Amino acid sequence: MTPKDRMYTRTHEWVKVEDNEALVGITDHAQDSLGDITFIELPKIGSKLKKSGECGVIESVKAASDLYSPISGTVTDVNEALETTPEDVNTDPYGKGWIFKLNNINQNEIAELMDADAYEKFLESEE
Amino acid sequence: MSYIANTDEQRREMLKVCGADSIEELFADIPQNLRPRSFNLPQGKSEPELINYFEKLARKNYFNLINFVGGGFYDHFIPAAIDALVSRSEFYTAYTPYQPELSQGTLQSIYEYQTGICRLTGLQVSNASLYDGGTALYEACQMAISATERRKIIVDGGVNPIYRRILHTYTANLSIELVEIPVSHGQSNRESLFSAFDDKTAAVILQNPNFFGVIDDHSDIVEKAHSFGMLAIQSVYPIAIAILKSPGEQGFDIATGEGQSLGIPLSFGGPYLGFMAATKKLARKMPGRIVARTVDVNGKEGFVLSLQAREQHIRREKATSNICSNEALCALRAHIYLSLLGKEGIKQVASLCADKAQYAKERIKAIAGVKVMESSPTFNEFVVKLPIDAGECVGKLIDYGFAAGFPLGRYYPDMNNYLLIAVTEKRTKYEIGELAEALEAVLCQ
Repeated sequence: MTPKDRMYTRTHEWVKVEDNEALVGITDHAQDSLGDITFIELPKIGSKLKKSGECGVIESVKAASDLYSPISGTVTDVNEALETTPEDVNTDPYGKGWIFKLNNINQNEIAELMDADAYEKFLESEE
Repeated sequence: MSYIANTDEQRREMLKVCGADSIEELFADIPQNLRPRSFNLPQGKSEPELINYFEKLARKNYFNLINFVGGGFYDHFIPAAIDALVSRSEFYTAYTPYQPELSQGTLQSIYEYQTGICRLTGLQVSNASLYDGGTALYEACQMAISATERRKIIVDGGVNPIYRRILHTYTANLSIELVEIPVSHGQSNRESLFSAFDDKTAAVILQNPNFFGVIDDHSDIVEKAHSFGMLAIQSVYPIAIAILKSPGEQGFDIATGEGQSLGIPLSFGGPYLGFMAATKKLARKMPGRIVARTVDVNGKEGFVLSLQAREQHIRREKATSNICSNEALCALRAHIYLSLLGKEGIKQVASLCADKAQYAKERIKAIAGVKVMESSPTFNEFVVKLPIDAGECVGKLIDYGFAAGFPLGRYYPDMNNYLLIAVTEKRTKYEIGELAEALEAVLCQ
């Protein structure tokens, strides 16, 4: 099920806003398409990200894919546990598998993203 | 048989398609002074004539000179077993493995080579080799730039000038700033280096022994570099580090070097071997292929190419490097060399080099008018100041049967009278004595 407490992008990232900070990860669909994830290159804490800008790399047994930031902001935290257990993104993409946290976020950018229903429809249309 | 099989008729047809009446008209846009003086090549030769011709040419080379030239490339003894083993067709016919896991033997040899390089450098990961010492050093710069997201590199003046020229060539059209810090008394100038360090610098590059043969413990420089969030890269002479503090022991993040000394003939400049090792943390920033050991579904040991997502065939333009090949046969030579000598053997070679160089230093120091630069300790290479131009002196010593050294004026315009002399384990006491006598004779002329 796609959690309804967050917003989604066409490049299969999710954003969850908590107290002016945004938590970012990739969707269940994204992790399923990638297959077993072996390594995640995390953005640097303090780096300023642009909406849809490349901010990392996800390597799986099948491929290496770029990670895009769904919104603009400054990285305040990264999920360092993924350095040793990148498979958390496979097993729990919406929870333990979060990737990075942003502040200085723009609510308008978030409002432009898809909600859970819209994202599910988007997935259906992609198939 | 003619190599160009076109008949006059075919040429006429092709010219017609191009809309030209003659070859002359076709080439009209090329200015006369840029054209070959003539297209009339001499008549072909028969095979015996050809062999005769080239043998005559080859005799113009000075071979059998007793070699005291170093400068990053050394005349070490090469055990016959190396040629015998690398001549096996399983090895020498196989190019870099494109169906890698099918070539288990090749992968195993590369894996063992990597293990040897890791042990020698005291670092955790190595790749399947690079083209040569200079390009390996450039690749190390790129790793540092990518890992730190900074674009300035500080290069110690003791780094081989040939390598520095390679770095300048590679970075000329990239937005990378190279800052060179001259040595003082042949040694890394701490004060100048430290004042150049800042949090905009990706890495500092040092060399041990440096180009003047001087050995150093760079631990303090590494520590200082790390305090600015910089990486530290050391270019090393693999024989020397068998008895010196390894790059790993000094805290370096990346070590590179020229592997020619490990069982590869000098052969007029190549093919040579670039080696590289780094900390585990930097493994994913490494260029080129990396071989790893694993087990298959039945628990049997096997070898694979690892971390391929860094490479061009997967990451395309975002790959860590455009290196997608390696110097497999040269790496194999290095691996066999290291295996034949073993840990103690290579230490012995290194000690012999150092002892004989010390003897040569003493012997040459005794010559009137010659000054040995002695303010810093050296390994198997040292600088002497001559009363005459070093290049001229080396030219005269060829007649005595010696390649006496590397005239430093070639890369350092203010050092025309300075000669860099290298002594390997192959040089005998007798040869060193003969060189000293020849040098005396030349200087008396």
